[in-house]
This record gives sequence, C-alpha cells and structure tokens, in this order.
Amino acid sequence: MADFGYTVWILIVPFVTFIVLGLFGMKLKARISGLTGTLGLAIVTVLSYATAFRYFLGAGLADGIYQKIIAFNSTWLTLTDRLHIDMGVLLDPISVMMLVVISTVSFMVHIYSLGYMKGEKGFERYYSFLSLFTFSMMGLVVATNIFQMYIFWELVGISSYLLIGFYYSRPSAVAASKKAFIVTRFADMGFLIGILILSFTTKTFDFVTLTDLNGPAITSTGGAVFLGMSVMTWSMILIFVGGAGKSAMFPLHIWLPDAMEGPTPVSALIHAATMVVAGVYLVARMFPVYYFAAPEALQIIAWVGAFSSLFAAVIATTQTDIKRVLAYSTISQIGYMIFSLGVSGYGGPEGLGFMASNWHLFNHAMFKALLFLGAGSVIHAVHSNYMTEMGGLRKHLPITNITFLIACLTIAGLFPLSGFFSKDEILTAAFHHDKVLFAIEYLVAGLTAFYMFRLYFSIFHGHDRQYDHTPHESPATMTVPLIILAIGSVFSGLLPFNRLVTSDGAPFESHIEWSVAGPSLIIALTGIAIAWVMYRKENTLPDRLASTFKHSYKWAYNKFYIDELYLFITKKIIFRRISQPVAWFDRHIVDGTMNGIAWVTQTVSNRIKGLQSGQLQQYGFVFVTGAVALVLFFIYLIK
Amino acid sequence: MSLDNFLMMRHELVLTLAFLIILVAEVFTGEKKKEKFRGFAVVLFAVVTAIGMLPAPEGTLFGGMYQAGRTTTLMKNILNIGTLIVLIQSFTWLGRPENRDRIHEYFMLLISTLLGMYFMISAGHFLMFYIGIELATIPLAALAAFERYKNRSAEAGIKLILSSSLSSGILLYGLSMIYGTVGSLYFADIAARPSTAALTILGFIFFFSGMGFKMSLVPFHLWTADVYEGAPVSIAAYLSVISKGAAAFIFIIILYNVFPVIIDTWQKVIWVIAVMTITIGNLFALRQKNMKRFLAFSSIAQAGFFLLGFIGGSKLGMTTVIYYALIYIFTNLAAFGIVSIIAEKTGKESMDDYDGLYRTNPKLSLTMMLAMFSLAGIPPVAGFFGKFFLFAAAAEKGFYVLVAIAVLNTIVALYYYLLVVKAMFINKSENPITYFKSDFMSKLGLAICIAGIVVTGFASGLFEMIRNLSYGI
Repeated sequence: MADFGYTVWILIVPFVTFIVLGLFGMKLKARISGLTGTLGLAIVTVLSYATAFRYFLGAGLADGIYQKIIAFNSTWLTLTDRLHIDMGVLLDPISVMMLVVISTVSFMVHIYSLGYMKGEKGFERYYSFLSLFTFSMMGLVVATNIFQMYIFWELVGISSYLLIGFYYSRPSAVAASKKAFIVTRFADMGFLIGILILSFTTKTFDFVTLTDLNGPAITSTGGAVFLGMSVMTWSMILIFVGGAGKSAMFPLHIWLPDAMEGPTPVSALIHAATMVVAGVYLVARMFPVYYFAAPEALQIIAWVGAFSSLFAAVIATTQTDIKRVLAYSTISQIGYMIFSLGVSGYGGPEGLGFMASNWHLFNHAMFKALLFLGAGSVIHAVHSNYMTEMGGLRKHLPITNITFLIACLTIAGLFPLSGFFSKDEILTAAFHHDKVLFAIEYLVAGLTAFYMFRLYFSIFHGHDRQYDHTPHESPATMTVPLIILAIGSVFSGLLPFNRLVTSDGAPFESHIEWSVAGPSLIIALTGIAIAWVMYRKENTLPDRLASTFKHSYKWAYNKFYIDELYLFITKKIIFRRISQPVAWFDRHIVDGTMNGIAWVTQTVSNRIKGLQSGQLQQYGFVFVTGAVALVLFFIYLIK
Repeated sequence: MSLDNFLMMRHELVLTLAFLIILVAEVFTGEKKKEKFRGFAVVLFAVVTAIGMLPAPEGTLFGGMYQAGRTTTLMKNILNIGTLIVLIQSFTWLGRPENRDRIHEYFMLLISTLLGMYFMISAGHFLMFYIGIELATIPLAALAAFERYKNRSAEAGIKLILSSSLSSGILLYGLSMIYGTVGSLYFADIAARPSTAALTILGFIFFFSGMGFKMSLVPFHLWTADVYEGAPVSIAAYLSVISKGAAAFIFIIILYNVFPVIIDTWQKVIWVIAVMTITIGNLFALRQKNMKRFLAFSSIAQAGFFLLGFIGGSKLGMTTVIYYALIYIFTNLAAFGIVSIIAEKTGKESMDDYDGLYRTNPKLSLTMMLAMFSLAGIPPVAGFFGKFFLFAAAAEKGFYVLVAIAVLNTIVALYYYLLVVKAMFINKSENPITYFKSDFMSKLGLAICIAGIVVTGFASGLFEMIRNLSYGI
C-alpha cells in the first residue's frame, strides 16, 4: 500500500504556525504574521490535495474498494492491553474528502482575511487562532479512534470560542462566545458519556475495529436493555447528542445564530463550512455502527435532521440580519445532511443517502463559505448587518453581486449547479425511505429558494439607501477567493461522488431521477418567483402579508421563542428550584464538611508538631520505637 | 577481565576514573584557576553520563556479588542525568569566594556517594549492598556540612551522620537475622530458600527501616527537614531527588528479587507505611514557611506515593516507580533550582518572601508554577501521568482503599502547593524580591527541567521503553 506517512505534516504545520504566531506574533509586523499563517495553510492545502489525488486515483484502492489506511499511529496512553488512546492519521474516503474541504475553505478564508481584517487590533492573534482551528479540525477528521476525535473535538470548541469572542471588548461578542461554549460543552458531556459506554461495551476506541462489520460493536447483541433500548443504542444516541451540539441541531441550535458576532470570515470557516459539519462527519464516521447496531438511533437522527431543516428554514424567512439569515440557512442545510444519513442504507445503491449527505456537505462548504464571504464583502462596503439598510448594491459591488447570485442559485438547487445534484440525491434517498419526511424536505427546498432570494433581492436590488459613503467593491484579496469559491460551487456537482465516497468504499451507479428532480426544480423556481414578486422592487406586499399572518410571523421572527424558553428553564426553574437549594447544600453542608476537615488537619498538624523538635535523641527514639512497633505489630497481630 | 566485564561495570569504573582525575587535578590546579575548574568538572560528568548510555552486555561478576542488567543500567542512567542537573545548578553557588578552594572536594564527595548508590543498585549480595549504603551516606554527611562556618550546616551534617549510623546499625542487625535463618547473604540464596519464620520478618522489618531512612519514610523521616534546611540547597536537592530515587530503585529491586516469598507481609508493611508517610508528610508540609523545609516535607509525602508503585509487586509497578522517579527528578530539581537561584541572589528562603514574585520575575514564577503543578499532579504536566500510573499500578492489584487515601491526600497536597503559586501570583508585597538576571548555567539547569516536565508526560514511547525493561515478581 502506498506510503501516506507525510500526512502527519498536515497536523504539524498549522500547529507550528499557531505556536509561532501565538508566542511571537506580537513582535512581528501584522502583515508578516498574516502571510506566515497563509503560507502555512498553503502548505497544508498542497499536502491535502496531493493526498486526495493519490488516494482517489488509485493509492487508496484495493480490489476496487477504497480502504481505510492508517497512515501514522502512535500509542499515547495505555489503559489496558486492548483499550489504549492513540494519536494517528486515518485515511478513508470521508476523511480525505474532509481534508480537501477544510484546507480549501480555510485557505480561502486566510487570503480573504488579509483584506477583511486589515488594520484590526489583534491581527496576529486572529491568525494564530485560525491556525489553531485548522490544526484541531484536521486532527478531528483524521482521528484514528474516537478518543482522539473527542480531544480534537474539544480543541475545535475552544478555537471556536476564542474566535467568536475575538472582539472581546464588545459585550455581545463575549456573551455569544460563552453561549456557544456552554451549549456545545453541555452536548459534549453526552458525547463523552456515550464514548465511555461504547468503549465499555466494545472494549475498544479504534474506529477501524468499531466499524468492522465483524467487529465487537456490530456483532454484539447490544448489551443490556435500558428503557426499551439496548445500551449500545443509548451510547450511540448520546454520541449523536455531541454531534447535534456541534452541528447546531434542534434543540441545541441556539448558539449558532449568536456566534455570528465573530468576524465574518470566521463565520464562513467555522460556523458554515467546517466545524458545524463535525456532527455530520461523526455520524458518517460511525455509520455502520448506527446502521447495524443502533437502528433506533438512526431513526431519531433522521427526524432531528428533518425537523431542524424545516424549523430553521421558517425562521430564516423572517430575519433581517443578513448573517443570521445565513446562520439559519446553515442549520437548515446541515439538517438536510443529517437527515440524509438517517434515511440511508448500507452498501452499494442502498447507501445513496450516505453518499448524498457527504456530497451535499462538500457542495455546501463551497457555496456557504461563498455566501458568508460575499456577505462579509457587503458588510465591509456598507458597515451594517441589516438588509433593511441595504439595497441596489449590484451597481456598486459587481463581483460580489455575481458570485452571490451564483451561490444563491446553487443553494436553491438549480440545474446544473452543484446544489442541484446533491439535493436531488438526498430527496431520492428520502423518497425510498419515508414519504412524510420526503414531503417535509420538499417544502424546505421551496423555502430555501424563497429566503435566499429574499436576501439577494433585498441586498442587491431595489433602490440605494443613504450610505455614509458610496459603497465600493472590496480589494482583490477578498474578491479572488469569492471567484474561486464560485467556480467550486458551479462545478463540484460534476464530481463522481458515487464512485468515490460511498458507505462501504465500493463504487455504485446512480443517476438523476427526474421524477424527483423535476418537481423539486419547479418548487425551487416557485420560491424564487415569490421572492421576485415580493422583494425585487419595493412594495407593500411583504408588510401586508406580515400583518395578515401576524401571530405566526411574530413567532417565526422571534425564532419561536426558543431562546426565551431556555432562559425561562435555566433562570426560573433550574437556577431557582434546583441550583439554589444545591448552592445552600454546597455552602453549608459540603463546605462545612470541608472546613471541618481542614480544621481537623490543622489541629492535628499543630498537635504533632512536637514530634519535630530538632532533638536528635528524640529522633532516634522515634526511629527505634517505630521499627519495634512494626515488628510487634506484624509478628503478633497480623500473623 | 575481558572487555565485556569492563563494559558491564562501566558506570562504576568511569565514575572512579572521574574521581581520580579530579583528585589528581586538584594538585595541579593553581589557586586562580580553581574557579574555572567547575566548568571542567561539569563537562567531565557530562562525558560520564554519555558513556553510561553506551550499549553493554548483561551478567554477573565476582561470583555473583555484582550484577548488571538492562534495568539497572536504565536506573543508573536516570540518576546520572539527575546528578548532572544538580551539578549544573550548583555551579553559581560553587563560584562563591568561600567555596572556591573546596570545589574539588565537592565534586569528589558527590561522585563517591553516587558510586555508593551504583554499587547498591548492582549488588547481588547484602555485604556489597551494605558497603554501597555506607559509601553513599558518609560523604553525604560531609556535603551537608559543606558550609561548616554556618551553624545550621554543621548541625545538618552531624544530624545526618548520627541518624544514619543508627539506621545502619539497625539495618545490619536485620541482615544478621536474615543470615541466621538462611545461612547466606547472596540475594539468589535468600530468594531460593523461602522462610516465613518470625525471625525473617523481624530481619526484614529492620532492613526495611534502614531503607525507610534512606527514602525518608515515616517514622524514619525525622532527620529530613532539619538536614534539608541546614544543608546547601544543591545538596538538599541531591538528597531529595538522587539519594531518594536511588533508594527507591534499590528497594524495589530487593523486594522483587530477594523477598518475593514474603510478599504478603511486605505488602501489609508497605500499606501501613505508605498511608503514614503520605498523611504525616502532608500534615507537616501544610505548616512550613521556609521553602527548604516545605520541600523537605513535600518530598516525604512524595516518597509515600512511590510506595504505591511498590505494593503490587507487578511489572507495571516497577515501570511506574522508575517513570515517576524520572518525572520527580525533573520536577523537584526545578523547584529546588528556583529556591537555589533566589537564595543565591537575595538570601531569602521564606515563602512570604515569594509574595508578588510574578510581577518582578515572571519567568521564574511561571517555572515554579509548572513545578508545583507537576508535584501536585495537575494535567497535562508530567506529574499527572506519573501519579496516574502509580495509582493504576496499586489499583490493578486491588488496593482500592490505599488508592482512595492517596487520592484524598493529593487534595491536601494540592492546597499547599497552590499556596506557593498564590504567594507568587496573587499576594502583594511591600518590598518584593527585585528583578534580577540569572546566569547561563542556572538558566540551562531550569531549561532542562522544564523540558523534562513538559515532554516526559507526553512521550509515551518513554513509558513503553521503561515498561520493556521492567519486570514483576
């Protein structure tokens, strides 16, 4: 098998840039630190692409099936002979695909930020955090075992926290970073418990063993039954809770819209293209276990994904902050991917949903990063986040306008752009699985087209607002990444994913099913048409509609009051009913005990200080007495 | 003797050679060049350390009196590295005017003690072991009294020599009883003729008390704090790390090789002594204000933790003891190194003097913090992994209660280690220690320790290597 040992440098290079920029960035010129980070990323990108080409064009194939290759491995902590924590690099179709996604988007964001973040205070800090993020995300996707994945999972969480709170002098950014950290951390607790249960039942952390069709995880009967489901199923559900937290699935989605407080390129990288799909990746990574050993969990996954995609799409139609619209759209699209895994089978054409999910992940990374970077370019030009303060920008920002339009058409799923292909495969998979879920996703497709074009028309069409100064197109460092990503969005639909990324590694035949794709095209066009009528030129129709459906509009505008519900539950119920009594118990009983122990310790310490008198004869006495006492004790009492 | 035999004994032979070189060099070194001799001696010792790493055959010599294996080689190499750091750290102190004319003495005495420890580690016969223990102890008493013009130093010397003669006496008494029951002092003979008679147990416990003295286990520890406080800092560091580490190595070898038969007995003895040592060491450490006394009691408690690795009698146990000793060398030497630098520059040794140190000397404070975290066992520094594996080794053999007591004690220990961190980072002071620049050798010593603390925990290959060289009963 071909040697992929060099892939370990994909991790080492960003880590080194992180250390260098973190420790010495202050002493470097801002420009130099930015270029250092970008150069590091360029190396990572080259390595990732080289790996992808070699892997997919033969080196990864054996007997026509893509193999799981352990390119590098080192045992870190040995717990028992079978249970040990390793650090390594695992290459298989999905991890190699993720290498390409992460390095592409990250590289684009690095270049884009050179222009976008120019002159910001803490420029070098920004780039060191970006490197840390890239390192962590790469470590996550190439993890050889679930524990390594968990470690990098937390590192990704930390980098996300640091980057959301980048403008730490703004209270809203600090609050958002804390919210993101606490919510995902809360979900990660489920993940950790899931890992512990899983490793306890299967006695391994290793992905290759876990997903082995003859391995302990899949052949086991699932262990004891608890509340109607096997322990195995419970552990897989808990692991999915971790994934749902990172991927902002309902009801753990509340952190993602607030996370838009971070710099826009960060939103593009972390909160659209890479980190938030970690949950999808996790389910894909463990897919055989879900499919064979925990089918109930897979059912839950399908419903969570479907509901989140609908729920978020409805909210997205009412938001006015353009980054928030995109945030909800992200939740909705990730819902699609999660849903698609939930309805997938295993092996050959059965695994259509698996393939479609990964394909959509790939396409989504391209067009969503493009949308966010385009939004960043707009914000850069008009210094506002609100679409009510925008309009007519197509004249001022021609490149942004065209690339943004391409992205909107792609996400709406118009032929022959990439979104069309992956969405069609997802819908086909759903059609064969469950008609109710299929209907929901059809509706979401229409809603997606509607809110995306509502966004597009409000920003780029209509008449000019009163801008502080005439908006002008962004510099080349920002527009070039837009153009590259636009090309990616257009053409990534032509990649033969059915040959490359499949559930069992073997290629299968798939084709566009026009009976599904045709209606979905019509629905998308209808959505666009409605948006055209309502938002192309300014009119009173949207307001009239809003007042007609006053209550439902208000609910959706206020995001169905989920945030308020959380606040109510945490402040009124948890804090007052549970935390306060616990706090009392802690302060009086627990602290009291601890203070008591401390008091006893101090008192005993005071009492026995005479033992250390400085008198040598006494030392000798204690020595001999001690020895004799031990002798007597062991000869007469213990024996 | 063939070349192989020389190679087998290379640690001892090279040390003896170094001793002779320094002895002869003293005659030929002029008054003015004596200060420069320090550098030569440190380099000489670095060469000794390097030669120790060479591959060499295993086997026994002198009819079984001396034995060398891969495990003993590893232990000696670890001690060599530790001693090298001690020598680097004592460099500045040796340059003082009052010490200059005795630089040679310092190196010769230190090398003799190390030689004694090597003979103990490689002993195959209790007589050889006994000679080693005396060679390792008597020059140490002279070193403790090195600053003889100071009352405290002289007191430390006399206390060490008197306590150790008492402990030697009891140890010899124990050995005579073992000889009485078995009829031989060869390790192999004693292991081959099992006896669980009361006399053997009596002999074993007396032997144990002698080792307890070297490792400063409760109740044989009382000399420790007084000697550490009075002795020069580098000697206190040497006592707490090298001397103690060597004693732990020898003890575990003898327990595994000589007394496997009475394992039930010594497990119980160790259980009791471990609990007493950790608890009492902690209780005394809580109230110390002098940094050297504080580190003395902390090192007593740490010795108790070593016993957790002994108790199982397993391969993992020996691995963890060696691994923990290595970590402990780096960690404690970092702490002593800082105490030594500050004592050298300002003459201050009290914990109150460390108030506000972070504001004036941030780098020193951060290093000290790292050392304290490692001693307390906070992840991700090496001390955490060391303790983790020690607890794992004891838990593996079912000593859950002991592990629970030890874990509770780590909480108490955390409290007093954090007291130092709090003093440096949080407490404010009217007149803190002013900023000063350290010289190259002090920095080098600390840099090696920091690298050790950070890397040892993550270098899993190291643990695997030690594991491959260890053995169980």
